[in-house]
Amino acid sequence: MKKSVFFGALAATTMFTGAAFAGTLDDVKARGELICGSNVALTGFGAPDAAGNYVGFDVDLCKALAAAVLGDATKVKYVPTTGETRFTALASGEVDVLIRNSTWTFSRDTDLKFDFVAVNYYDGQGFMVKKDLGVSSAKELDGATVCIQTGTTTELNLADFFKHNNISYTPVTVGDDAEAQRQYEAGACDTFTTDASGLASNRAAMADPTNHIILPEIISKEPLGPLVRHGDNNWGDVVRWTYYALVAAEEKGITKANLEELATKAAADPNSDPEVKRLLGIGDDDLGAMIGLDKEWAKRAIAASGNYGEIFEANIGTATPIGLARGLNAQWTQGGLQYAPPFR
Amino acid sequence: MTKSLSFVRTQMLPQQAPPVTERGAVKWLRENLFSGWFNSLLTVLGALAVVWLLQATLPWLLNGVWTANSLGECRSIIAASAGEGAVGACWAMIRERWHQFLFGFYPIEAYWRPVLAFGLLFVALAPVLYFGLRRTNMLMIGITGALTVLALLGVHTDSAHVLLVAVILLALLGVAAVAPTKLLWFTLIYPAVAFYLLWGGSVWGPVGVLLGLAIMAAIWWLLQARLGVVVATSVGFVAACVWWLALQSYLTTPLANAMPLGLSAVNSDKFGGFLLSFVIGIAAISASLPLGILLALGRRSDMLLVKSLSVGFIEFVRGVPLITMLFTASLLLQYFLPPRTNIDLILRVIILVTLFASAYIAEVIRGGLAALPRGQYEAADALGLDYWQAQRLIIMPQALKISIPGIVSSFIGLFKDTTLVALVGLADPLQGITKIVRADINWKGIYWEPFIFVGAIFFLVCFGMSRYSMYLERKLKTDHR
Repeated sequence: MKKSVFFGALAATTMFTGAAFAGTLDDVKARGELICGSNVALTGFGAPDAAGNYVGFDVDLCKALAAAVLGDATKVKYVPTTGETRFTALASGEVDVLIRNSTWTFSRDTDLKFDFVAVNYYDGQGFMVKKDLGVSSAKELDGATVCIQTGTTTELNLADFFKHNNISYTPVTVGDDAEAQRQYEAGACDTFTTDASGLASNRAAMADPTNHIILPEIISKEPLGPLVRHGDNNWGDVVRWTYYALVAAEEKGITKANLEELATKAAADPNSDPEVKRLLGIGDDDLGAMIGLDKEWAKRAIAASGNYGEIFEANIGTATPIGLARGLNAQWTQGGLQYAPPFR
Repeated sequence: MTKSLSFVRTQMLPQQAPPVTERGAVKWLRENLFSGWFNSLLTVLGALAVVWLLQATLPWLLNGVWTANSLGECRSIIAASAGEGAVGACWAMIRERWHQFLFGFYPIEAYWRPVLAFGLLFVALAPVLYFGLRRTNMLMIGITGALTVLALLGVHTDSAHVLLVAVILLALLGVAAVAPTKLLWFTLIYPAVAFYLLWGGSVWGPVGVLLGLAIMAAIWWLLQARLGVVVATSVGFVAACVWWLALQSYLTTPLANAMPLGLSAVNSDKFGGFLLSFVIGIAAISASLPLGILLALGRRSDMLLVKSLSVGFIEFVRGVPLITMLFTASLLLQYFLPPRTNIDLILRVIILVTLFASAYIAEVIRGGLAALPRGQYEAADALGLDYWQAQRLIIMPQALKISIPGIVSSFIGLFKDTTLVALVGLADPLQGITKIVRADINWKGIYWEPFIFVGAIFFLVCFGMSRYSMYLERKLKTDHR
């Protein structure tokens, strides 16, 4: 998630004021293409497949946004960004929106002059250990060797956690995820720590996944979400409400498959759920006009890759090899944190 | 006074084989491997190291799997064939993703374009490397042509394009057979041809740029006798700039509307893998050599301004790491330029890498210049040659010959440095593409295979460059030291 914020800080100090970019929405419409800053290599979240098409959880949000704004989910240009280049790419206007599993933090929101518009995935740092180590809690890891990526906030979280619990550890620093997994499998470290979603996909890729367990402790909060430039509030609203339309769609049971059916039903039935009607652009309320879009923007966003739950299940859910449970990312009605404000 | 001898052999003894320790394998072993206790010890240790290495890697290599759809499948195939717990390489990943390592995200149906551009590169190089040698040129173009057609069939090109490519290469072969020196003209327009093939778009853009260069050359030709090389070049350059910036569109736009010839445009963000490495490497290599020569001459110039600018540039660029330059290209330039100007990232990287390499080349060539005896400079002056004639005819041929090893190592280093572009988000073969492949849940957890594959290709290219430079050194060795 994290990496150094140096270039971001550099970006902020030299940054043009938000006013120079006011009207990203108009830019996108004029260009006919949404430029989405993406991750190129995060399993399940964003990566090109064998044919070179971007797929993943974050990528589907880009598609929904393009469908809402431009009416075509394919009109997205994915700009690959690295941990170092992502914030400058956004601040300098190279990308319209950054949907790249970036953690929402105070300094990024304020000092770097960005606006995190929502949280599309609640993540947190966890630990993976071999089963035969006989450890069932991270607090029992006293004296363990830990594989940890350098230059990331996971490193700082790790130090805080061990210090707070008054136990010791020996770090084994690695360059990236693949190296961490290799070192861990080779036995160079007892435990391997990174975001829980990353641990799950690493575990799924091992030769013997059942011999490894992910410990219950989550030692940090990593709310990941899309962000836009500070000061372009209208564009921020478009991104935020497109995302919430997907979340609300799941809550209301609107899926990619039954979208048209529900639309015709709602149009025929005057007593149907008014919020569903507003989402699908039926009836007198025109929410789209308030954010500079047309009436059916949310309907198109849902049609692009389905509602939030469908996107989750298709890319990272339990049916996929990555097999992440919804957990914190379930709807609020299911005990999770995904909660869309009312559409009215 | 003669003294009778008791025995005189009248015929030669038949030759005998040398003693067993002085011939064959035993002698070779004794002299090379066991010539003393210390060397014997080293030999034994070395042999042990080789055995240990083979023991560690051979099973892994021999158990390699070529057909599978995921790493998990590879593992189960290896477990089935070599027993539980056996390790093996999963080359199936290369089999499924090789095209991304070579071409990045270039559209599959247009693979013939980079392949042809790469083939034509060798045609363009032939007259540079072997100027005027009819047979060598024909051989080089013939082999290149055959390999290009084979490669095209390998990437499943449709027959129409294969035929087109074959005809183009046969035509060039014909030129090489009739007038090998004329091939140099092809070399001159090659950059435009390669650009057009790789990026596509309307054919008139590159034509317009070439016309600008033609204007520059024409003005230089007309003025250089009267005004001197430097002024003529400057005037030509200004005229070409006026053409490119102000006039070109008046010609090319109507032409493009009237005759919309062109290939489908391919955006820079589709470039990746070795295609990206070669584009950056070759562009930077070919542009940095002339720039480096000019900088080296500038550094030795008597004119204070030229000299201090050259020294300043060289020392500044050599003092800054390449990664800093790449970050400048990808991040800072965006801030310096007006908002919404978006110069292509690959172009920015090429420019910065070229500047970086030219500073090093300049110092290598300055070494060559310094190694020339003073008499050579004086002889050139005594012949009545002016500065540029002396450089072209007397100094540079000798200085460049001396600098060949240094220049080629700079080039090899530059080519390998192209993998650093991964840091600015470009998909280089070593890190960029490897990461992308590993992000696929099917191939997650794969580690050595992509490195071995990419490393092998880099080795082939760099070894080739190195062998050519050794050949060139031998060929140009005219002294008798």
